[in-house]
Amino acid sequence: MAGLTGKDAVLTAYAEKLANLDAPKGRSLSQDAMRRLFANKAALVSLFVMVGIIIIAFVGPFFVPWGVGQVDWTAFRSPPDLEKAHYFGTDQNGRDLLARTLQGTQMSLVVALVATLVSVVIGVIYGAVAGYFGGKVDAVMMRFVDVMYALPYILFVIILVVIFGRSPILLFIGIGAIEWLTMARIVRGQTISLKEREFVEAARASGAKPFTIIMRHIVPNLAGPVVIYATLTIPEIIITESFLSYLGLGVQEPLTSLGTLISDGSSVAEVMPWLLVFPAVVLVTMLLCLSYLGDGLRDALDPKDR
Amino acid sequence: MQFRTVIKGGLLAGLMALAMSGSALAVTLHSFNGGEPASLDPHRVSGDWENRIVGDYIEGLMTEDAHAEPIPGQASSYTVSDDGLVYTFTIRDDAVWSDGTPVTAQDFDFAFKRLFDPETAADYAYLQYPIKNAEAANAGDVPLDEVGIRVIDDKTIEFTLEAPAPYFLDALTHYTAYPVPRHVVEQHGSEWIRPENIVGNGAYQIVEWIPNSHIRAVKSETYYDAENVQIDEVVYYSMDDISAALARYRAGEFDILTDFPADQYQLLQDQYPGQAHVAPFLGLYYYVVNHNKEELADPNVRQALSMSINREIIGPDILGTGELPAYGWVPPGTANYDFDEYRPDWADLEYGERVAQAISLMEEAGYSASNRLNLQLKYNTNENHRRIAVAIAAMWEPLYVDVELFNSEVAVHYDALQNNDFDGVGRAGWLMDYNDAINMLELLRSDIGYNYGRYNNAEYDELLRESALITDMDARAEVLRQAEEIAMGETAGIPIYYYVSKNVVSPAISGYEDNAKDIHRTRWLSKSE
Amino acid sequence: MINYALRRVLSALPIMLIAITVCFVILRLAPGGPFDGERPLPPTVLQNVMAHYNLDKPLWEQYWIYLSGVLRGDLGPSMTSYDFSVSQLLAIGMPFTLMLGMTAFVFATAAGMLAGAVAAVYQNKWPDYLLVLAVMIGLIIPNFLMAALLQLAFGVHLKWLPAGGWPGFSIPHLILPVLVLSWPHAARISRLMRGSMIETLGTNYVRTARAKGLGSRLVLARHALKPALIPVVSYLGPGLSYLLTGSLVVENVFGLPGIGRYFVNAALNRDYGLVLGTTIFYVVLILILNLIVDLVYAWLDPKVRYR
Repeated sequence: MAGLTGKDAVLTAYAEKLANLDAPKGRSLSQDAMRRLFANKAALVSLFVMVGIIIIAFVGPFFVPWGVGQVDWTAFRSPPDLEKAHYFGTDQNGRDLLARTLQGTQMSLVVALVATLVSVVIGVIYGAVAGYFGGKVDAVMMRFVDVMYALPYILFVIILVVIFGRSPILLFIGIGAIEWLTMARIVRGQTISLKEREFVEAARASGAKPFTIIMRHIVPNLAGPVVIYATLTIPEIIITESFLSYLGLGVQEPLTSLGTLISDGSSVAEVMPWLLVFPAVVLVTMLLCLSYLGDGLRDALDPKDR
Repeated sequence: MQFRTVIKGGLLAGLMALAMSGSALAVTLHSFNGGEPASLDPHRVSGDWENRIVGDYIEGLMTEDAHAEPIPGQASSYTVSDDGLVYTFTIRDDAVWSDGTPVTAQDFDFAFKRLFDPETAADYAYLQYPIKNAEAANAGDVPLDEVGIRVIDDKTIEFTLEAPAPYFLDALTHYTAYPVPRHVVEQHGSEWIRPENIVGNGAYQIVEWIPNSHIRAVKSETYYDAENVQIDEVVYYSMDDISAALARYRAGEFDILTDFPADQYQLLQDQYPGQAHVAPFLGLYYYVVNHNKEELADPNVRQALSMSINREIIGPDILGTGELPAYGWVPPGTANYDFDEYRPDWADLEYGERVAQAISLMEEAGYSASNRLNLQLKYNTNENHRRIAVAIAAMWEPLYVDVELFNSEVAVHYDALQNNDFDGVGRAGWLMDYNDAINMLELLRSDIGYNYGRYNNAEYDELLRESALITDMDARAEVLRQAEEIAMGETAGIPIYYYVSKNVVSPAISGYEDNAKDIHRTRWLSKSE
Repeated sequence: MINYALRRVLSALPIMLIAITVCFVILRLAPGGPFDGERPLPPTVLQNVMAHYNLDKPLWEQYWIYLSGVLRGDLGPSMTSYDFSVSQLLAIGMPFTLMLGMTAFVFATAAGMLAGAVAAVYQNKWPDYLLVLAVMIGLIIPNFLMAALLQLAFGVHLKWLPAGGWPGFSIPHLILPVLVLSWPHAARISRLMRGSMIETLGTNYVRTARAKGLGSRLVLARHALKPALIPVVSYLGPGLSYLLTGSLVVENVFGLPGIGRYFVNAALNRDYGLVLGTTIFYVVLILILNLIVDLVYAWLDPKVRYR
């Protein structure tokens, strides 16, 4: 319930603002928003850095001389060493930290993206259905969301991960399945105001099925809050993932993630600082960029300024 | 709230005891003890962190000296019959419980029957199975009265064994052989262990227990050797994060750490020379091979896997604390087993040569770059297990072996091992319960549950059975050695390293002796301010 | 209002039931049991132990036994802590957990609101940048790393503060845990505060007040602060429950006697009783806190009446 970055509160406030506004939220909004986003220097720089990190994380491994699982039997716990091409040093298993950091970044990004996707899909569909049908359906569905809000969710993530093992796929789904609540609430509010609008009325009059109306006419109009939600969710999931890694519930070897690398590195901060510093710098940079990007997007999409 | 009064009551008792001890400044030992104790009842505990506390407040007929060798504790003397089957103990006249009641033979009788009572469900009851009928009584097959324990008078007790067990005196130092205060247990039932009721006969008495934080014990004035007990108060801290525990040691908050992160060994050696104690420990870290997996039923494949493990780099490089490479099954220093540790011929080959031989063994078995062996490697979630698994997976790669690493937490891991549910090899470890080779070798007996890999060799089983009947120590050792050679000759399991104990001891502490059982009773320690 | 509170309490009961049931079922689906450990138990012993905890009975019967126990206020035995029942463990840990959570909450709220207000007043000047940086640090450094680094810096090297432990109530021992626990929370509050403060500072009536010649400090206090607080207040409820459930890391690193770490340890050890007990405890706590926050909110903002 309590989001790690406070996005729930931010978004709820945002959703209220959206709901109070009668102006149509059509395509012009996103064009406007893009223009404003690009005018925001911090957000723009963050966007570039973020894109850079993503490219390096996925392309970089092809240029690193060492493989992720490859052991250099001559270099255990080696600090950064240019001669042997261990630019970030090696870990206690003699594996190249640069290769592992790149792979960990990939993993963290993928975890975050998939978890976000899961939460967006569930949240949008759930919220749209509840909002569109209204009445009893709505009451029951929203009551369920309230129930879920009251449960200490991190505890449930832990139980789920403990029980269903450490496969990254489950990790994504487990985290994502819990992040959809706020999304569902916001989408429901939006849908309620959208469903009274002419184009929905028109579609209904022409005999379209409720599901078609939801998918073709309502969901596409929710782009604004969904994009913000996604951006704000990603850093939160990355932090959650690193917390799970700290508890020893992270991804399975030989795969790794930034959270796993950092939690391993934090206990050897004094003796092998490179094991902590490099992954931590990547994580901090990523979170910083995502945070500025989220702020920028929110400002850009804030309908109050229109 | 009832609990608050409990603590206050406990504290008060502690303060009173301190005041009574008369010294101007009470000496307090701050010991980082690892996990939170599940219990302080000697019949319910199962871990070394619990043993450290329980062994300070209760003492058995035999106890450990500073080197963890068995010496008489509550017993003043004992005799053993010529056939090695009957042990008679005389209990000290000055042995009393901390409430002043004398310790009697009936207390021991009561305790052993409580231990074997199926209702008690004691995890470690089997350690006392050498006693006649103990196993049957524990299973509920014979009445508890038929267990081979006889009270002769208030201060004399006699044990009859199933078969001669040279390690019996050592087994009596174990907490399963501790007495419990019959009068208190009968009065309070399971509540006897609460700090307001608890009574012991050891050098210390428990005065406070705050779960997830610490247990506090103060010196017992009724203990027979109280005048030689130097430390007035012990606080056993429970914490799971050993890196944090080391930080607290470095901040001067702990005097003893019963574990430390291996990665920090170098730092300790550099900045705190002489304070990190790494000593051989009676235990084996090994990989279980699933003999029910068709590919691993071939002893040559098993040997190839074992040969290609570079054990010499695991201790110093991967773990960083210098664990001793293990090629045999019985750790060096095991009592009643005076041999050099087992080493196969190939152990002395140069590593490259070993790998080459291993590869040709695999090729003979029909494996090649195109026909690879797929193995699952299961281990329980732990930084060290993970590192070793990763390293070994890499060492096996040249043998045309593809390893799938699979980790799960302890409960799930051992559940899988016990059900033989692992498609390849699994990580396991064994810390010896008592100092005798049979305790290690039984892990490979075909009819025992701990034989996770289901190794089954009739000759091996027969040798173990035979050994139980031999009273001549040397002849018995020969038979056991023969069994070890058979099992290791066909790589029944893959030994990796012999455990070491890892402690950090502040220079202010004296009387701390490294030993193979890693037992250091507080009564032998002293602390200078 | 009493009616509303009563209705809320009643509606909490099914939530409790759902939470217990879900938790109960998931736990039993998990592989491994409470007695699978490094040293497996001999079968006869295992049988005895299982019988002792009623684990040999059919699942629905165990469920019923548990539920009727909970109704009587008995959370059952713990399977990893033999000398204390679950209720006793929670009762012992609760005062500390609540104290730590509350201290962190008060500190975080005060610091967060102050930082947010200051940053808003000095928007885009150096105090703003400095505070935004401090906030960012709290948000982007994982708390386990923060805890370890602060412990190393202040406990080991500078020796200004204890590196951990809880020898009874002691403020120095509380500083680092509270700092680690409250930093991210303070950061979030200050962000909310800054945003809503900037917004209210731009509204007409504040400008009017200023134009009327009222001193800027007075304007701030009287006209800008109060309306700016509303979004912050709406975050306090979820925030507090986050602080209370989030104490796991600091308890672990600083060796504190709270109940935060019961949950993970109990889940890992399959201590069914303790996991369920902790869940019930947290759910009840969160429901109560939400109720309080809703009542406060309704009292603050007349637009939201007791629906």
